[in-house]
Amino acid sequence: MDLFTCDVLVVGGGGAGLRAAIAVAETHPKLRVSVISKVYPMRSHTVSAEGGAAAVIKAEDSLDEHAYDTISGGDWLTDQDAVEAFVREAPEEMLRLEHWGCPWSREPDGHIAVRPFGGMKIERTWFAADKTGFHLLHTLFQTTLKYQAIERFDEFFVTKLLVDEGRCQGVVAIELSTGQIRTIIAKAVILCTGGCGKVFPFTTNANIKNGDGMALAYRAGAPLKDMEFVQYHPTGLPFTGILITEAARAEGGWLLNKDGYRYLQDYDLGKPTPKPVLRSMELGPRDRLSQCFVKEQEKGRTLEGPYGHYVHLDIRHLGEKLIDRKIPFVRELCLKYVGIDPVKEMIPVRPVVHYMMGGIHTDIHGATPVRGLYAAGEAACVSINGANRLGSNSLTEILVFGARAGRAAAAFAAEQAGASSSLAAQAGDEQRRLEEGFLRKNGGSERIAMLRAEMHQIMEESAGIYRTETALKEATGKLKRLQERFQDLSLDDHSHTFNTELTAALELSYMLDVAQTILHSALERRESRGSHQRTDYPQRDDERFLAHSLAYRAEDDSPRIEYRPVTITRWPPGKRVYGR
Amino acid sequence: MPSSVALTVSRYRPERESEPTFQTYEIPFRKDWVVLDALNHVKDSLDGSLSFRWSCRMGVCGSCGMKVNGTPKLTCATFLADYVPGPIRVEPLDYFPVVRDLVVDLTDFMRKLKQVKPWIIRKEEKAPGDGEYLQTPDQLDTYKQFSMCINCMLCYSACPIYGLEPSFIGPAAIALAQRYNMDSRDEGAAERLKILSEHDGIWQCTFVGECTKVCPKHVDPAGAIQQYKLTGATNWVKSLLLPWSTR
Repeated sequence: MDLFTCDVLVVGGGGAGLRAAIAVAETHPKLRVSVISKVYPMRSHTVSAEGGAAAVIKAEDSLDEHAYDTISGGDWLTDQDAVEAFVREAPEEMLRLEHWGCPWSREPDGHIAVRPFGGMKIERTWFAADKTGFHLLHTLFQTTLKYQAIERFDEFFVTKLLVDEGRCQGVVAIELSTGQIRTIIAKAVILCTGGCGKVFPFTTNANIKNGDGMALAYRAGAPLKDMEFVQYHPTGLPFTGILITEAARAEGGWLLNKDGYRYLQDYDLGKPTPKPVLRSMELGPRDRLSQCFVKEQEKGRTLEGPYGHYVHLDIRHLGEKLIDRKIPFVRELCLKYVGIDPVKEMIPVRPVVHYMMGGIHTDIHGATPVRGLYAAGEAACVSINGANRLGSNSLTEILVFGARAGRAAAAFAAEQAGASSSLAAQAGDEQRRLEEGFLRKNGGSERIAMLRAEMHQIMEESAGIYRTETALKEATGKLKRLQERFQDLSLDDHSHTFNTELTAALELSYMLDVAQTILHSALERRESRGSHQRTDYPQRDDERFLAHSLAYRAEDDSPRIEYRPVTITRWPPGKRVYGR
Repeated sequence: MPSSVALTVSRYRPERESEPTFQTYEIPFRKDWVVLDALNHVKDSLDGSLSFRWSCRMGVCGSCGMKVNGTPKLTCATFLADYVPGPIRVEPLDYFPVVRDLVVDLTDFMRKLKQVKPWIIRKEEKAPGDGEYLQTPDQLDTYKQFSMCINCMLCYSACPIYGLEPSFIGPAAIALAQRYNMDSRDEGAAERLKILSEHDGIWQCTFVGECTKVCPKHVDPAGAIQQYKLTGATNWVKSLLLPWSTR
């Protein structure tokens, strides 16, 4: 088997991964850093982020305000030391990106423009029209091209982390174009593989978001933190799940029920005003807005279409000029995918799975409990998002914590000597698993699409916006049986060249593991907090659950849930108040 | 509307065949479905061995470019309804080596992209602590359009020059070079012009404009190439008349 060595290996070429790679190259120019990704970096899901990235830049704003919005938005499950580092380093990271060429939208005088966003008390969201993630990703990717130290493995699919003597020392990966199985030895590995929205049927997430890194870390012994916290974004297009950015509401859009009534006023989110008011009504946090939709549906006040219930997002009153200047992608997506022009018609929307607050447990430097293994971005949980992430914090998070993980991994790598001798044997075992378990395997009766559809149904029925003990318990059993049936998978494709059926099978196995941690973490958290709402435990319970859940892989492959305390620095747990 | 439609897909499995062949699948017709949904239906329910790239399904990641009835398209933004009663023919993009089925090899573009130095080049870089480089909305507008390129490769597949002369640096890479040249924060235009002139790339473009026609993001690479030719020609004339000026 081919063996390649480098100093720092970054898995994932999205925003967090690319920022991490640049941080390695800049702080330790002698280290060799490699970015390995199952897609070309510019295809990464960062590309789909729309609304913006938060950082304090204006005179009327302050770091404490950004921290408080983030902490209260996360229903006090955020680690406040991490939030303080985050808000402090955010402006510099954003300016760095500006210097690298990101086409941020501007004020008439040439300064950075900011827009309001949900759950934020002061306008601090930088934006590049409504394609912020796209511009951020391409700017980062194009910038990485100037660093000689950064090498890339494009379209390599990682199947295993190599851990020996308690230290992560590389990966095994399939080179998609040839099907060759490669071993890459590294002194430190950073997982920046993004989220896992595809464990649910209806999601804004791209096809590639299967929790790969989460599952890899979990299998390697690292715990997954706060996995029960799944963000539903309140405004996705029915059927496709395409995201209509929060910026549409930030610019003044209204959410209307079937009677044309701004229903959020009935749910303690403030009074309707013609102009948007920060931390109020349509600019409330995403968890609350998605919950309001369900309540409204229960009252029979939503509309019904071929793809389920929906409400209306009305931006007609903003006018064509503002829409084209500030949120042109909203119009483009509606015209293309719904066949309506939001300048003249209302947009049908419903809540859609969007983001994982949980992820691989890391400290404030991106280090996981496994030595040599780091994580950043949506794959990680550091945790600044707590029980509910605020819109526009995640793009900033990938910069701040991508850079932090890069610096920490580089410093660690610089001090390591050679690799363990047993890695080759481990890699050989992994090669055999892939060959015998998939490529040369005959027989089997289960289809990928069938198992995936059943997983989707289980997750939607039990781990949606509202959850109960009974449904969750039943779901864990059903999912366990799916995991068993996965062993009897049948593949049509046994070839080596760009075998996307093989990668889909491996992705499904990642998703099944990750889904199981979501269910178990949700089952054990017998309270309601942020995006985790238990109808059988409707109150927040700080006494028992002001704590992060940690899902460890137990001997029998099922998750074992432990807890660790939340770090509180200056903001004692309080009530989340919006609209007043 | 029909209840089903025939989808004819180009297959190429290098481990078992030396030439591409066509395979036809009968798929249910749904008016909300794009061509990519039909391909996924094939993969999920009819034939798991069909390979193609896709990811965002919202026209921004650039993965799913293919030829649909002969024209380069993003298959996630191309509706079956526009092609009924069919048949609908799906093929890999032209002018790239085919790796497998609908998957083409992008190595050539990735190399060319790097050659045009698509990053900000400055004599002196400001520290982040010193604040942003000011850029007015008008200055942003001069290059914004060229920054919208999603690297989907439709323009290369449509470009007759690239088809004849694979060394041509190509529409997207030139548009991205121009995106930085026109950015008020950048000072690297001369460096990039040298690279483009060396590869005698832009001179071969006959301004057929096919690249601009197929671009799903209205980047107008043909316009970028035209602008470049003008700058290039001006500099060339200058270098003849005033040889010291380009040093």
